[in-house]
Amino acid sequence: MTTQTTAATPAAAPTENASTGLIGIPPHIGRALATGGSALAVVSTFLAWTWTDEFPGDLTFYGYPGGLQVLVLVGGALATLFALASYGVKGLGWLTPAGADAALKYAVLGTFVTAWYTVLAISFKLGGLVNLEPGGYVVAAATLIALLGALALPFERPEPDPIDPDDTGWELFRHQAGHRWAIVRAAFASGSPRPVRALPSYAEILIIVAVLALALVVFTYGIGTEYDELFIGFLITAGFAFAALNRAGLVAHASQITARHTNITVCGAFIAAACFPFTQTDDQYATLGVYILIFATVALGLNIVVGLAGLLDLGYVAFLGVGAYAAALVSGSPSSPFGVHFPFWAAVIVGAVASLVFGVLIGAPTLRLRGDYLAIVTLGFGEIFRIAANNTDGTSGPDLTNGSNGIASIPDLNILGFDLGVQHDIAGFTIGRFANYFFLMLLITAVVVLVFRRSGDSRIGRAWVAIREDETAAEAMGIHGFRVKLIAFAVGATLAGLAGTVQAHVTYTVTPEQYLFAGTTPPNSAFLLAAVVLGGMGTIAGPLIGAALLFLIPNKLQFLGDFQLLAFGLALVLLMRFRPEGLIPNRRRQLEFHEEAEAPTVLSKTGA
Amino acid sequence: MTTDTTTKDTAPGAPAPGTTVLDARGVTMRFGGLTAVRDVDLTVNSGEIVGLIGPNGAGKTTFFNCLTGLYIPTEGEVRYKDKVLPPKSFKVTAAGIARTFQNIRLFANMTVLENVLVGRHTRTKEGFWSAILRGPGFHRAEAASRARAMELLEFVGLDAKADHLARNLPYGEQRKLEIARALASEPGLLLLDEPTAGMNPQETRAAEELIFAIRDQGIAVLVIEHDMRFIFNLCDRVAVLVQGQKLVEGDPATVQGDERVIAAYIGEPMENDPGAAEAAEVEAAEAAAEEKAEAAAAGTGAGADAEAEAEATTDAAPGKENDR
Repeated sequence: MTTQTTAATPAAAPTENASTGLIGIPPHIGRALATGGSALAVVSTFLAWTWTDEFPGDLTFYGYPGGLQVLVLVGGALATLFALASYGVKGLGWLTPAGADAALKYAVLGTFVTAWYTVLAISFKLGGLVNLEPGGYVVAAATLIALLGALALPFERPEPDPIDPDDTGWELFRHQAGHRWAIVRAAFASGSPRPVRALPSYAEILIIVAVLALALVVFTYGIGTEYDELFIGFLITAGFAFAALNRAGLVAHASQITARHTNITVCGAFIAAACFPFTQTDDQYATLGVYILIFATVALGLNIVVGLAGLLDLGYVAFLGVGAYAAALVSGSPSSPFGVHFPFWAAVIVGAVASLVFGVLIGAPTLRLRGDYLAIVTLGFGEIFRIAANNTDGTSGPDLTNGSNGIASIPDLNILGFDLGVQHDIAGFTIGRFANYFFLMLLITAVVVLVFRRSGDSRIGRAWVAIREDETAAEAMGIHGFRVKLIAFAVGATLAGLAGTVQAHVTYTVTPEQYLFAGTTPPNSAFLLAAVVLGGMGTIAGPLIGAALLFLIPNKLQFLGDFQLLAFGLALVLLMRFRPEGLIPNRRRQLEFHEEAEAPTVLSKTGA
Repeated sequence: MTTDTTTKDTAPGAPAPGTTVLDARGVTMRFGGLTAVRDVDLTVNSGEIVGLIGPNGAGKTTFFNCLTGLYIPTEGEVRYKDKVLPPKSFKVTAAGIARTFQNIRLFANMTVLENVLVGRHTRTKEGFWSAILRGPGFHRAEAASRARAMELLEFVGLDAKADHLARNLPYGEQRKLEIARALASEPGLLLLDEPTAGMNPQETRAAEELIFAIRDQGIAVLVIEHDMRFIFNLCDRVAVLVQGQKLVEGDPATVQGDERVIAAYIGEPMENDPGAAEAAEVEAAEAAAEEKAEAAAAGTGAGADAEAEAEATTDAAPGKENDR
């Protein structure tokens, strides 16, 4: 009987379902509410939300949004734009190539969560709702109205699966819960975006510049957030805004356009990153910038090993340590047993070669293993490196690394007379010590990106991917599996060593405790791997974004304290459950994990 | 004893025998106490299509794996163009033997073109540094590889789908892609492990034509298959493997008419002790056949009957195969 119903309904379904949203308000009223609510939320950010400046960000001014209000303003503006686009207002059609409703829902939801988070944070922090000024109530009401309105927007309801009459109560419950979840997912789903119109190439390049500028602004804002609440608000708004843009189809359009000009995009991204120190007035955030860059570069190196060749390496941070120790030993530091002071280029070569040798020495015996066994053995070697560095202190072993004290007071670099340790004034901007190292590190990152892109799209890169896909078949195609894997391992090690040589100088000190398997501060092996997996394996942008997030979140959310690792683990579990392909998925991987996703007809490039 | 017969049979069987491409002598493969392949001799001459048939579990794929270096034979040796094959599968491929797999083993998340390019691996030399520095040599080699890969895709009829993911191809095209990938390594001998398993009759016919076209390029082909009509249409010579031993070898007509082969395939209905019953049956048939071996080898007798019975096997085979 059930089968008959399903067969009959599709004809009637669209007319019946089209008129209903998640909430029983007529859709035209819902749309009006969403638009009005969003606009009102924008206006309310110009009101005072609280009476005292005890809440950080000082939300007491009229006509001048500050702190979290700015985030609500951005979210509300985005929601208003999508709402107007959903009315078909002329000139806004480009905003929503995949339909406006889903994007509107996400934007409104983001605004709602940010606004209510702010209002609740004010109430909790200052002790009660009385601390809210009218503006606070207005924004809470406005975003709630907008949310209710948005949820009333129509969407295509999925057909329920036929019910098996033999089901037990629990199975029926699960069935119904599954159907409800499918409805909620359908409410937030959007269609596939229409293809990008062919634009003149200067226009496309302008779009790329705009996208990169936006990314730089978002990153700079995120890194510059001064207090926990603002950073959380930033994460909420950025996350929902990205989801909204994604649902609107703008992300797909942007990636199509950037895919047409990959070289320009990569160069542009580096220029944008190089602009970062110039947006800062002091060295405080450049410090974060250079640490993020070190972390991200090493993660990108790991991505060659894990993402391309599929070798799970849990001791990768050891190679960073080898590079750092090698550079520190020849840096002229007073605690180095060798009293030599190499110029930077020689130190870089020493660091890279030391890591290469170490990588080959570790790789040669371990790469005969596959899968989990390889992971366990590399984990062991990573720890062996740290413990060996701890013990070669002159008492329990030869004096090489100065034991747990590490190699301290590593002098600053001086490249061609440019002292990286002091401030420089360039074109009216003050470039501090960490900004100098940021530029140097950016150069290393560029090398790693170059190696990743070029090796990924070549004979050797294809061999890596083939080994990852099916080692037996790859060998039967004439690929010397062991050699190819060893090359991947050695290249990854060398790149990490390269980053290590700079890291030694940035941190002044190299100690064994910097190179743990898991710790609270990145980079360590667990965080490196997490950055790769979180960002998206096999992509360039993925590990960079993953590393930035994994560095910023523990750094900014100081209140997490001892729960950092717990939160980190939880976040990772949730991510793996809901988005196993990572934040920036490799298109192939997305297909691998989501069978139902439609296949792109054309794919290019092994790597990105 | 059987081997002797076959060598006599082969000489007139293959009208224009080229040089010997593959020469397996006394190949034995033991896994602990189990002897999967016992003392099998097989030769493949250039320009020849040789079939390898036998009931499930007869050791055909194990024998294949011994040829391609996936397994190292416990005894015996395999020569390719008079050189003993190295015991590593990538070296075997480099020497000139390419293979496909019984259960398709494509690189599922690579594009069709990339799959074939991976097959070009042994015939190109560009290493890591060449990929990083991207000199003119790199671009030339890459362009040549792509051109050759597209040629091969055109040959198997997949050139229009070069940019699709291999996993998104329909089954029959995945089989074709696997053949194209194997051909990309420019082999002198192609080993096909059940190339038509799971195909419908039209697809099987297309595969047949494809294999003939490959043979016409001067590549010797050794093919494992359960589809008897396919094998007997295609092959110049057929070897039958039963319980790890070569039962008989000869031209299709001879093999078709051989009672031992029929007994090995059809056997008794299996009841309480399938393994023993089957073994006894085969042994009995073998003993019987040995007495009148000459008569059977002449194959004048029950030709039509054998044909019909072979057909019956064909029908049964796909069902069995899908379980694997």
